[in-house]
Amino acid sequence: MQKKDFQIVVLAKQVPDTKNVGKDAMNADGTINRAALPAIFNPDDMKALEMALMCRDILKKENIDVKVTVITMGPPRANEIIREALYRGADNGFVVSDKRFAASDTLATSYALSMAIKKLGHYDVVFTGRQAIDGDTAQVGPQTAEKLEVPQITYADELIAVTPEMIRLRRVLQHGIEVVETKLPALVTVHGNAHDCRSRHAHLVIKKKNTEIPMWTADDINPDFDRLGGKGSPTKVKNIENVVLAKKESITVSSDDEGIKGLIEDLTAAHIF
Amino acid sequence: MNFYQDNKSLAFYLNHPKMEEIVRMKENDFVDAENDELAPKNVEDAIDNYDKVLDIVGELCGDVLDPNAEAVDIEGPKIVDNAIVYAKGTQQNHEAMRDAGLYGMALPRKYNGLNFSYVPYVMAAEMVSRADAGFANIWGLQDCAETILKFADDAIKDEYLPRIYKGDTCSMDLTEPDAGSDLQSVQLKATFDEKANCWRLNGVKRFITNGDADIKLVLARSEEGSTDGRGLSLFVYDRKEKAVTVRRIENKMGIHGSPTAELVFNNAPAKLVGDRKMGLIKYVMSLMNGARLGVGAQSVGLAEAAVRDAEEYADQREQFGKKIKEFVAVQDILDLMRAKTDAARSLLYETARYVETNKKIADMLTPVLKMFASEWANQIAYDDIQIHGGSGFMKEYKCERLYRDARILTIYEGTSQLQVVAAARFLGNGAYLKYIADLDNFEYAEELLPLRDKLRAMTEKYKEIFDLSGNKETHHRRLVEAVGFIIMGYLMLQDTTRCADFRKSCENIIKLGQGEIAKTYEYVKE
Repeated sequence: MQKKDFQIVVLAKQVPDTKNVGKDAMNADGTINRAALPAIFNPDDMKALEMALMCRDILKKENIDVKVTVITMGPPRANEIIREALYRGADNGFVVSDKRFAASDTLATSYALSMAIKKLGHYDVVFTGRQAIDGDTAQVGPQTAEKLEVPQITYADELIAVTPEMIRLRRVLQHGIEVVETKLPALVTVHGNAHDCRSRHAHLVIKKKNTEIPMWTADDINPDFDRLGGKGSPTKVKNIENVVLAKKESITVSSDDEGIKGLIEDLTAAHIF
Repeated sequence: MNFYQDNKSLAFYLNHPKMEEIVRMKENDFVDAENDELAPKNVEDAIDNYDKVLDIVGELCGDVLDPNAEAVDIEGPKIVDNAIVYAKGTQQNHEAMRDAGLYGMALPRKYNGLNFSYVPYVMAAEMVSRADAGFANIWGLQDCAETILKFADDAIKDEYLPRIYKGDTCSMDLTEPDAGSDLQSVQLKATFDEKANCWRLNGVKRFITNGDADIKLVLARSEEGSTDGRGLSLFVYDRKEKAVTVRRIENKMGIHGSPTAELVFNNAPAKLVGDRKMGLIKYVMSLMNGARLGVGAQSVGLAEAAVRDAEEYADQREQFGKKIKEFVAVQDILDLMRAKTDAARSLLYETARYVETNKKIADMLTPVLKMFASEWANQIAYDDIQIHGGSGFMKEYKCERLYRDARILTIYEGTSQLQVVAAARFLGNGAYLKYIADLDNFEYAEELLPLRDKLRAMTEKYKEIFDLSGNKETHHRRLVEAVGFIIMGYLMLQDTTRCADFRKSCENIIKLGQGEIAKTYEYVKE
């Protein structure tokens, strides 16, 4: 029998816009000065949202009732990205916010997120960006899948098919691409090469601009409190250094076949290419 | 890039004091707020809706339309199996705007519109034009829906208007090989088919913008034996009928994103819009005023693109060891480009406000706007090339496309010469002077009073010129130009009172106007 409702979860993060870095972007200790940077929807997560909406478009044609729910963990103002997701077509969203989440590393973050997803009850597929532009770890997605005990497909850049039972995706890997399929529920991390997210829709913006975004605290997700925040985070940052890459030498390559062949060989030998 | 966020003038005019009255009228004192999620609750809510939706338009203009413009210019549209296929970028632009729910924003909510007032709609048109003046025609022809809304019966409205939101495009099929500016000579024949109980259209239309549109408004001769405008009626034709042949696409100098076609109507079934015989004298005149204001927006958008292009180049290009913008001769050009763009924009939104509050003033300002904005857009595009020097003459630079795109603006929807004809009657009956007196009656900032006095002196000079000219037709263009300078001077002065950022443009436009009026005086005196 066909399932009549299908739940898609998107995990998204509000991040400092590291593309528009001003001179106050870094604190003296090497950490990011979040106050000096505009906060944006993490770009890979935006692509995850699009993939979720594409799934919904496909399944809706089969008369399946599909909902896309966006969850973000962060300060209360992270509700801005939930609203942004609603403007682009998400059905609803929550902010998971509590001082007790502060100083979470990827382990504690993925634990809190997995508990929030479990609180939703039933879910079929979870999408999230491959990595966030502030931390660049690419660990939260896979760790969340582990905690949910569901299969994971990482680095997806194209949705090929989805049914209530399975999802088939194309992955981009360092040395090529592969097409994989898994039964659901599953978690997918979406690569930056994936389709850009659709635009905000004029009608949705007007309808949803005043929608209240529910906020969940740590108590709402029934966690083991020892696994949250700093307490649940084994990663300790000892020191942060600002590494400035500088050009040390230059070589001239002749623009004939031989020169280019030599360049390719050099780059390959240095594992750059 | 966001064309709404990076141009603070738009938010400035969106928050003009007169907007409150306009919004209240448009929203009928917010009666729909209770039962319609899309309806605003109050003035602030409505302006906030405008602002948020314009932000989407600005983003799509900056991120989709503008980056596509160059490829669209090169590729252009083509005919495939008797249908016009847009350039790839044009198709993308259209889909992006449709998928964001941006078609039909000015239509009532019951037709899936947003019931936006005219000002934000014109702002959207300005931004679209800044990105791609050719695409602005495809986007802007949704104006046809306004004519259907105003004059067609409910059955036609219910059939056609909801389709605008879904992305069905429009065209207004007016001109023919022997009926360009002179629409009274339209020959395309409309005959009533008793058997099929519909009208049938037969004949040729030429120079039809977006000629293969889904929904066409067609001007045709319904009264056999008639020879003038009183024998013409307006019809709506649905592309689904497949009774029109696209004979050719014109090979134009510019606006390649906008296909211009020659069409043959082969016994095409159509429905009558409104009453017979009113086609030209009432409906097309109304459609035309909207279209002229649309060209005003298109001109301001293109001018904005050209000014920014020139400013950017002058800030990068170095000669004699410094940026070329640091040379007085270059800065002088840039300042005047900016002043003309700002002044034309001020007149554009003044006119747009009056479309909804005082039709008489709107009708009076529209030809002045159309003439000035389009002529200045050409001058500004010319200056943009001049700033680029030799590089500007090369095809690789954007200024070359802007120059070609601008050229049609003074021609279509009524040439500049026809705008003078439309404006002339307001010279003789003193309507412009009365409006100028109203503009003068404003609480200007203390430090701006010397500028106000200059405008008063210019007005006096204009009166002298008018008397000297005897209101002769040969001098009409010069008189309309003088009036335009005075009006824009006052509008800029009001803007400067509200926001000091306009000061430089305001001073420059008044200076320019003063000089032009002095020249006109000498010319007419002779």
